[in-house]
Amino acid sequence: MKSLQELAEIRDKMKGKVALREGHNDIRIVVGMATCGIAAGARPVLSTLVEEVEKQGLGSRAIVSQTGCIGICRLEPIVEVFEAGKEKVTYVKMTPEKAKQVVKEHIKGGTPVYEYTIGEK
Amino acid sequence: MIRSHVLVCGGTGCTSSGSPAIREHLEKELKRQGLDEEIKVVQTGCFGLCALGPIMIVYPDGTFYSRVTEDDVTEIVSEHLLKGRPVERLIYNPKDEDMPHGVTSLSETPFYKAQKRIALRNCGVIDPEQIDEYIAVDGYLALGKVLTEMTPQQVIDLIKASGLRGRGGAGFPTGTKWQFAANNAADEKFVICNADEGDPGAFMDRSVLEGDPHAVLEAMVIAGYAIGGTHGYIYVRAEYPIAVKRLKIAIEQARAYGLLGKNIFGTNFSFDVDIRLGAGAFVCGEETALMTSIEGNRGEPRNKPPFPAVKGLFAKPTIINNVETLANVPQIIVQGPEWFSSMGTDCSKGTKVFALGGKINNTGLVEIPMGTTLRQILFEIGGGIPDGKAFKAAQTGGPSGGCIPAEHLDTPIDYENLKAIGSMMGSGGLIVMDEDNCMVDIARFFLEFTVDESCGKCTPCRIGTRRLLEMLNKIIEGNGTLEDLDKMEELCHYITNNALCGLGQTAPNPVLSTLRYFRDEYVAHVVEKRCPAGVCKKLLHYEIDPNKCTGCTLCARKCPVSCIAGKVKEPHVIDQSKCIKCGACMENCKFGAISKK
Ligand SMILES: Cc1cc2nc3c(=O)[nH]c(=O)nc-3n(C[C@H](O)[C@H](O)[C@H](O)COP(=O)(O)O)c2cc1C
Ligand code: SF4
Ligand code: SF4
Ligand code: SF4
Ligand code: FES
Repeated sequence: MKSLQELAEIRDKMKGKVALREGHNDIRIVVGMATCGIAAGARPVLSTLVEEVEKQGLGSRAIVSQTGCIGICRLEPIVEVFEAGKEKVTYVKMTPEKAKQVVKEHIKGGTPVYEYTIGEK
Repeated sequence: MIRSHVLVCGGTGCTSSGSPAIREHLEKELKRQGLDEEIKVVQTGCFGLCALGPIMIVYPDGTFYSRVTEDDVTEIVSEHLLKGRPVERLIYNPKDEDMPHGVTSLSETPFYKAQKRIALRNCGVIDPEQIDEYIAVDGYLALGKVLTEMTPQQVIDLIKASGLRGRGGAGFPTGTKWQFAANNAADEKFVICNADEGDPGAFMDRSVLEGDPHAVLEAMVIAGYAIGGTHGYIYVRAEYPIAVKRLKIAIEQARAYGLLGKNIFGTNFSFDVDIRLGAGAFVCGEETALMTSIEGNRGEPRNKPPFPAVKGLFAKPTIINNVETLANVPQIIVQGPEWFSSMGTDCSKGTKVFALGGKINNTGLVEIPMGTTLRQILFEIGGGIPDGKAFKAAQTGGPSGGCIPAEHLDTPIDYENLKAIGSMMGSGGLIVMDEDNCMVDIARFFLEFTVDESCGKCTPCRIGTRRLLEMLNKIIEGNGTLEDLDKMEELCHYITNNALCGLGQTAPNPVLSTLRYFRDEYVAHVVEKRCPAGVCKKLLHYEIDPNKCTGCTLCARKCPVSCIAGKVKEPHVIDQSKCIKCGACMENCKFGAISKK
């Protein structure tokens, strides 16, 4: 360790990885991962969400976790976004591509991608 | 890409209840179910709820599992980690608490809510064997700041301003101690971390070393810089194998990063740290004995003055600080002295870690702001006394301390208050006693310990404590007189005033404080030849109530020395001269006919 700079580099690199354990983030992105969800392809959706959240540097604000069956199996994979003080947004029939778009436009940009939500269609 | 961390406690408590096997099994199972690329298993230090171990926490949701067994692992992986359905039956749920399912926020449980974690802040959060994880939570930031932006005197002033006092027992102001050593010029100066932790029942220093070893190392280098030190030693007992192992790993990693060794942070300050193992003698926790032991001699105390800051290890100026004291230092530097001094009471700042043990529901480690009352610790955080029994007293300071009776439950805990009520802060052992404990017996327990541990160098302690113990035994056996109580008190004061080191000087405290608060129990032993709590065997006997006895013969068959006689369906009688007072008859009688008197 030759400088504070060097220390800061390690810290920044590691911070996102440990942030997961702080648990209390503003936004919770929850993927339905019961048998029906997994069969419908929830696993790749989940990993894309995790990847994108970290890539976009949102790790300290948003966490991705899973839950059991949300109850509308025919619309799986389902992703729900909970944000303090806002109404829950439910996305249905998700794919990794749609997931990327949700992270970019909704989580980062702040505007839900209405065309994928449960209310539409 | 990792989406979830599973933290498995690797503290001593959980290790002995089987956490290594669980971790191994978990890793295998994750691999088998194809989840090892997305879920990371992290070994951490103690969470503080050791009695409920093995402990496991799943993040990001924060689900807190207690008493996990190897058999539960497959279910946790396939249900929770794969499908997101937490295994409800394993979720920690403190009694009478309605917790929201799944997202069991630890900080909301009564056990954690009143706590404030500074010394323990990384225990149960980071992997103590990964220096990068420590750095991620601002580790070594304080050291970097100190070495590149501050003068040694500024560091000392900052520690003084924080009000930090030693957590090893005596509560000496840390900044002042550092100043003494800094003022003495010498070619070599030493920093010692006292990790001997000899107080029976205390294990906070062990937990800090196991859960956050880098915090202690970082603080030692900071202390070294402040006093102009050249080398550091950690004196840790060999009975702490996990702590020793993690310290060794931490030292190697810190050296590899250049955080120990030459020219730290590119400055011209160099400092390194080594471990010295102690053999577990209580007296070796006393600072002068400890130094004698590091020097390679038998661990016996020496006279003070000269104080260590003047003539310490190898006759060089030395500071010696406790593990918990040091663990506070990096945080004080990062967050500022005002932050630290805003917690606590007038003369005692910050927090104190206690190891809760004895008759208490949540045995474990708690860190509370100074000024918290004993009542809060025992009844809010500790969950009260098991089986609805009544609280009698709590012992702080271990064998050097004293007991605190119910009338002082609302005293805010700090150094001065504890001293005023005849106890002391000590290193943080907190042993709870209920109505079933005999206070004379408790005093004997601690005195037996000090008699065993006395190094024998000086007469008041070597012989005085032994005579004191004999007097206690006399009372416990029903042969004591009221005069003995006065003699005992006199001897206590004599030992306190004349012993060479702290061990002897404080050894009478458990006797003095029980005499002060529970004299009536002593008197009952002496005058009525009776042990009110029913503990002292010589003073109690078992009796069968002929009106209740149905003559079922069970007790006679259970008695190991066959001293119960009686015909079937007729009242039975105990032969008192043969009875060994084992209690088996009373436990077995289904009619409540046998009682202890
Ligand atoms: C018999 C005896 C045992 C002690 N054991 C310990 C111990 O295990 N750990 C400890 O830190 N201090 C122990 N001390 C106190 C040390 O002598 C010393 O005061 C302390 O390590 C100073 O550090 P601090 O100022 O950071 O508290 C003991 C003292 C006595 C008299
Ligand atoms: S007081 Fe006891 S432990 Fe201390 S030097 Fe004397 S004999 Fe040894
Ligand atoms: S077990 Fe109880 S009831 Fe039966 S003989 Fe013994 S004292 Fe009497
Ligand atoms: S206390 Fe034990 S030894 Fe005494 S009478 Fe009962 S069973 Fe027998
Ligand atoms: S050792 Fe696991 S909680 Fe204390």
